[in-house]
Amino acid sequence: MNVELARWQFGSTSVYHFLFVPITIGLAFLVALLETGWYRNGEQTYLRLARFFGALLLINVAIGVVTGLIQEFEFGMNWSVYSRLVGNVFGGPLAFEGLAAFFLESTFLGLWIFGWNRLSKRVHLACIWLVSIGTVLSAMFIMAANSWMQHPVGYKLNSAGQPQLDNIFALFTNPVFLWGFTHVILASLVTGGVIMLGVSAWHLRKKHQVDAFRRTAVISLVVLLLATPVAMFVGSELGVVEGTYQPMKIAAAEALWNTCDSHCPFSLFQIGGGRNDETPTQIILIPGLLSILATNHLDGEVQGLNQLQAQYQKEYGPGNYIPNVFVQYWSMRVMAYIATFVMLFALWGGWLLYRHKLDKAKWFLLIAPWAVILPFLMNTAGWMLTENGRQPWIVQGLLKTANGVSPSVSATDIWISLVVFYALFIAFGIADAWLMIRFSRKDLDHDPIAKLVPGAGPGSGIGESGAGASAGGTATGPEDATAADDEHDDELELVY
Amino acid sequence: MTLADLWYILIVILWVGFFILEGFDFGVGMLHSFIGRTDPERRVLINTIGPVWDGNEVWLIVAGAGLFAAFPAWYATMFSALYLAMVLVLVALILRGLTFEWQRKFDDPRWRRFWRWGLTIGSALIPFLIGVALGDLLHGLPINKDHQYTGGFWQLLTPFGLWTGVTLTVLSLLSGATYLGLKTTGELHDRVHRFATVIGVVAVVVAFGFYTWLHVGLSTGFVPEPLEALALLGVIVAAWAARERAEGWAFMAACVGIGGTVGSLFTELYPRVMISSTNSAYNLTVANSASPTYSLRVMTVAAAIFFPAVLLYQGWTYRVFRRRLSVPRVGGDGAVGNESDHAATAQPERPEQPEQPEQPKRPGRMERRETQET
Repeated sequence: MNVELARWQFGSTSVYHFLFVPITIGLAFLVALLETGWYRNGEQTYLRLARFFGALLLINVAIGVVTGLIQEFEFGMNWSVYSRLVGNVFGGPLAFEGLAAFFLESTFLGLWIFGWNRLSKRVHLACIWLVSIGTVLSAMFIMAANSWMQHPVGYKLNSAGQPQLDNIFALFTNPVFLWGFTHVILASLVTGGVIMLGVSAWHLRKKHQVDAFRRTAVISLVVLLLATPVAMFVGSELGVVEGTYQPMKIAAAEALWNTCDSHCPFSLFQIGGGRNDETPTQIILIPGLLSILATNHLDGEVQGLNQLQAQYQKEYGPGNYIPNVFVQYWSMRVMAYIATFVMLFALWGGWLLYRHKLDKAKWFLLIAPWAVILPFLMNTAGWMLTENGRQPWIVQGLLKTANGVSPSVSATDIWISLVVFYALFIAFGIADAWLMIRFSRKDLDHDPIAKLVPGAGPGSGIGESGAGASAGGTATGPEDATAADDEHDDELELVY
Repeated sequence: MTLADLWYILIVILWVGFFILEGFDFGVGMLHSFIGRTDPERRVLINTIGPVWDGNEVWLIVAGAGLFAAFPAWYATMFSALYLAMVLVLVALILRGLTFEWQRKFDDPRWRRFWRWGLTIGSALIPFLIGVALGDLLHGLPINKDHQYTGGFWQLLTPFGLWTGVTLTVLSLLSGATYLGLKTTGELHDRVHRFATVIGVVAVVVAFGFYTWLHVGLSTGFVPEPLEALALLGVIVAAWAARERAEGWAFMAACVGIGGTVGSLFTELYPRVMISSTNSAYNLTVANSASPTYSLRVMTVAAAIFFPAVLLYQGWTYRVFRRRLSVPRVGGDGAVGNESDHAATAQPERPEQPEQPEQPKRPGRMERRETQET
């Protein structure tokens, strides 16, 4: 009972957290690109766009940070046996994440938000790039930790049978990590790209500031056209890697009960087949595709659930080693089909762009804002696929989920926390979506330079003198920096 | 000294750093509802910590993650024991964190009032609850031989833990008030000063009680440890300096006070990390809860690389945002008075303000004006 509740709690927190994380990773990068555009050619449109999408970024950063905080402590709260056993391996990347990524991200985000008129253009641009690097580093450390749960490496067992770290580098050369981390970053770029495309399309359709939003439409389409196919390729390679170390995960994702020697078909849809004794009704079979997906070879063998179960029982003793097949089967398909749709959609956009018809493509512009929902479903399905597929293990082959839970925490405690967190998640999820929509529909700043530095001529660096003051170490800022300060508050929060 | 001892010191530094930095954040968060009487005033107060609160909060994250990596058994026992209390802390952290980004995103009095109280109550709950938790480590909790907590929620509320919570909350208020003394101008500044004078006296009384209890009540002897004496002295100096308007000294002394208090707790605790009230043989100690040497060595290298860099760039942030903030003067020509001491008479409802012409300013006195949200 406690295990199920604790899993619900951690699973929900992770899924919820990861609604916001890819927005942060994707948009931080895109905003940094936009600000770079402004820095390089001084064109105000890019500044206005950077500030516009920066506001969307900030709405999400807040909730991403606080939900990440929950996870940080949930390991100890709900999974104390797990934490005690593997903290010396798993805790390391988490601590690095805090030290190397969170400090960077949060400190420079503060500087970026409030620093428009205090930092030179160059330093301000560096801030958003450091934020972007921070988000990527953060994903890197977390993926290193997570990949260790999928495929533990770099440890030895001590006399008491406890894993002890003996090679930190192995965590960062773990094939599951290398492919998984790349996959997450690409999926985040896809998420950011779809959001930017959706918002731009909405404005284009309403004929709002067409010149500016055409640019972000182009940027987001380019990002999508590059990132989506690569994300799909990397995801499929990740499948092959996981098939090697976690064959159950892949077998369950195909509901493949018995080993298939070669040219294994892939079913587009099937009904039933979630249990061993059910004969599934398979709708469309693509010959050979499963072999290719799982092994990269047309004649590759894919092990079946029954055979793996027998093998695991021999290796680890009696028990059920088969994850929830229904969840595996469908999360794999939801993820892959949505990714395919996003790629086709991006190709459509690319074609419209090539024919110079993007501004007037009624249907495309109508669908694009709705497509914003898709990456979230896709990301969630991807995590369900990989984490559900790990069950019944919390660390593959080392510790079962059922044995990792906190013995001192009662079911009542977990119920209370579940109810509290769900209430907050639902309320703040709605608020976040509503704020996002609200801010997506706003106009761009009319004249951000004037707002930031009154009387500044075009092309003058924002607050360059202010930066001079802080760099020069004088306690009294020059006059124009004073004026800039006076004129300005944390404009990203207040100007709109 | 073993690597485990070194990591104990680093963990203590992280907790001390967290309370020094986030302490004044909490103080400002609690006070902004009361010292700020109007919406713009409250906004100015929030903006004094706006650029830095997030970086400060990361100290808590790193303290938690460092505990996880360096002392997995301590992390596991502590947070599973504190289960429901941690849920409350997390709720408070969520409310607080969202306030900074969300409150101004929608111009509606109910929305703003909700976040205003979210920030106020959240900022009070966190130092209090974490204080209770840290006090409990030293006071002792029912822990069995498997290092599992055997009590429930109510057993977490030990008298000493509660007093530690009160102490850290009051010291956060003192820290916040002295910080605002450095960051505000005008009438707001006067109000801050009046409050700092009062809270200074309260803090001295509370801290004196805390140190008596800590030293005489929980351990032997009447002669305080040097750190305890320093911390108490810090609180006293802060209270006196705040009254005398020596604001720089007041803030620094308040930091010594709150940091020294957290440090004293951990000094008394060492070499134990969690005391078992069931049987002292079940205590968690530095030695029996630390990670193996290799892990600690890896972490030490990482900390040696990143930590100095963090200190540098966070320090630089404080330098960039070192200026005082003041409330804009409203109405009329909309100009912000260059006598910032008189510029704090904001009204709750401000009319739409046009862009301002450049105003000559007194050097060194920085003012920031809120831009009207539309």
